[in-house]
Amino acid sequence: MTATDLAIVLPEVFLALFAIGSLLFAAYTAKDDLGPALTWATAAVFVGIAGWVALSGDTNRTAFNGMFIDDGFARFAKVVVLLSGAAVLVMTQEFLTRRGLMKFEYPLLIALATVGMMMMVSAGDLMALYMGLELQSLALYVVAALRRDSPRSTEAGLKYFVLGALSSGMLLYGASLVYGFAGTTQFAGIITTADEGGMSIGLLIGLVFVISGLAFKVSAAPFHMWTPDVYEGSPTAVTAFFATAPKVAAMALFARVMHDAFGNAVGDWQQIVAFLAVISMFLGAIAAIGQKDMKRLMAYSSIAHMGYALVGLAAGTEKGVSAMLLYMAIYVTMNIGTFAFILTMERDGVHATSIDGVRGLSKREPIKALALLVLLFSLAGVPPMVGFFGKFAVLTAAVDAGLGWLAVAGAVASVIGAYYYLRLVYFMYFGEETDAAIDGAMPTVQWGFLVASAALMILGIVNLFGVDGAATLAAITLVN
Amino acid sequence: MIGLEHYLSVAAALFVIGIFGIFLNRKNVIIILMSIELMLLAVNINLVAFSAHLGDLVGQVFTLFVLTVAAAEAAIGLAILVCFFRTRGTIAVEDVNNMKG
Repeated sequence: MTATDLAIVLPEVFLALFAIGSLLFAAYTAKDDLGPALTWATAAVFVGIAGWVALSGDTNRTAFNGMFIDDGFARFAKVVVLLSGAAVLVMTQEFLTRRGLMKFEYPLLIALATVGMMMMVSAGDLMALYMGLELQSLALYVVAALRRDSPRSTEAGLKYFVLGALSSGMLLYGASLVYGFAGTTQFAGIITTADEGGMSIGLLIGLVFVISGLAFKVSAAPFHMWTPDVYEGSPTAVTAFFATAPKVAAMALFARVMHDAFGNAVGDWQQIVAFLAVISMFLGAIAAIGQKDMKRLMAYSSIAHMGYALVGLAAGTEKGVSAMLLYMAIYVTMNIGTFAFILTMERDGVHATSIDGVRGLSKREPIKALALLVLLFSLAGVPPMVGFFGKFAVLTAAVDAGLGWLAVAGAVASVIGAYYYLRLVYFMYFGEETDAAIDGAMPTVQWGFLVASAALMILGIVNLFGVDGAATLAAITLVN
Repeated sequence: MIGLEHYLSVAAALFVIGIFGIFLNRKNVIIILMSIELMLLAVNINLVAFSAHLGDLVGQVFTLFVLTVAAAEAAIGLAILVCFFRTRGTIAVEDVNNMKG
């Protein structure tokens, strides 16, 4: 019994032991000289576990009396989380080393956060959900304040901590009400008591609290306040991580709770999720227009993108979940490329993320400018880039579920949002070079990620590399 | 006779006091940490009350997990606060304003 349970959670156990073992080893020996080597090792372990999870068959199993679910949905989310985590580690190693931030704790905290994320997407119980979420959050609060001699980085860590703890508290209060009125913490038990129209008022209030807590974690408006400050204040390497893997894990957890625990009461949560989606899409699109800093701009961009992913979730159908997974996979790929560029924005050896830095970039660096142009078009959802297919999938899912107004709102918001992406393109190609122009050379690794991610946005239009098929298979295991 | 409703009311009141403590307090970040702790303890009252009412031990197990995580959370919060104090020399809430937003 216990042996089979442990066999199912073996990838998580392995990653946790790797993190703890490396931490002890690094603390007893070379200390910070180990940083770069550990970063590469952690990235290799991530890729190895991603392969292990992806190839571990297509059976749906549960462990520890339903606390932990290993199904196609969890495996898809885990592979995306692990691969994006590995990409960010490889991409940021040089950046951190050059700025003296390459402490050995960085890759290990990322590894522990990733264990938490793998736990989150596999949660089958409110307790497992809470433990996974906290493991992820606690590790991320620390990495946000990684540059501990900088007022901005510590302030980002403090703000992230306070608002993250508040959201955990709301989620937990909701969980306690759900437990009390459903009589169980297991998703499989909650779903039998939470029927359409038959939900008790206590269960409904619990559901609303749980949704607000989760909305905080995916940074959906109106719970987005922490995002711009944390993105701006954290070291750019950490921001690149925040914008990728944790978003996928939180969104997958959102879908897991909505469908596994409240799947019989779609009508009750659909309107809340649709409301969050509309507010996020419009707020992300409008508030980004006035931004002068690339990292703040990407924060609002990620709020808008979470809005689109929530449109897929609001559909409440299997097609909606598969569209959401596809959207998140595409979003992560685009963000890795964009952050590879932002990491190398510097002037006179100082990291400078003002958007004025890209003015006239096409004359100095034609290939970089072209790659960034493709990524920005893709982020805006301009056809024929892959980003368009992500938006198309979520909006079609909404229309099919009878939420035509939501799809119209999404299309309008994407037109507004296109303005600030295209303004960057305008700066690169037609802007006059100013004193703020970036002049740093681009190391091979970041250049490779930027160009590869842009190439994927174009080559993917042939068949999306089969990710859409995998997302559909994953969604089938969640929604039944 | 004190019933489930009384416990739930106390927990709800404490939870709301905790939330207000985070948003209304203008003085000191330590008060925010105390408010967070108050919210988590309100949840614990809820869980224990439900656990006793339902005759089901799961709620009390959940409480133990919450207590453990709350301790870890407080430790990390204080550590970040110490770093913040070292760079800024203050922990007043209105001085946490390097970035607008």
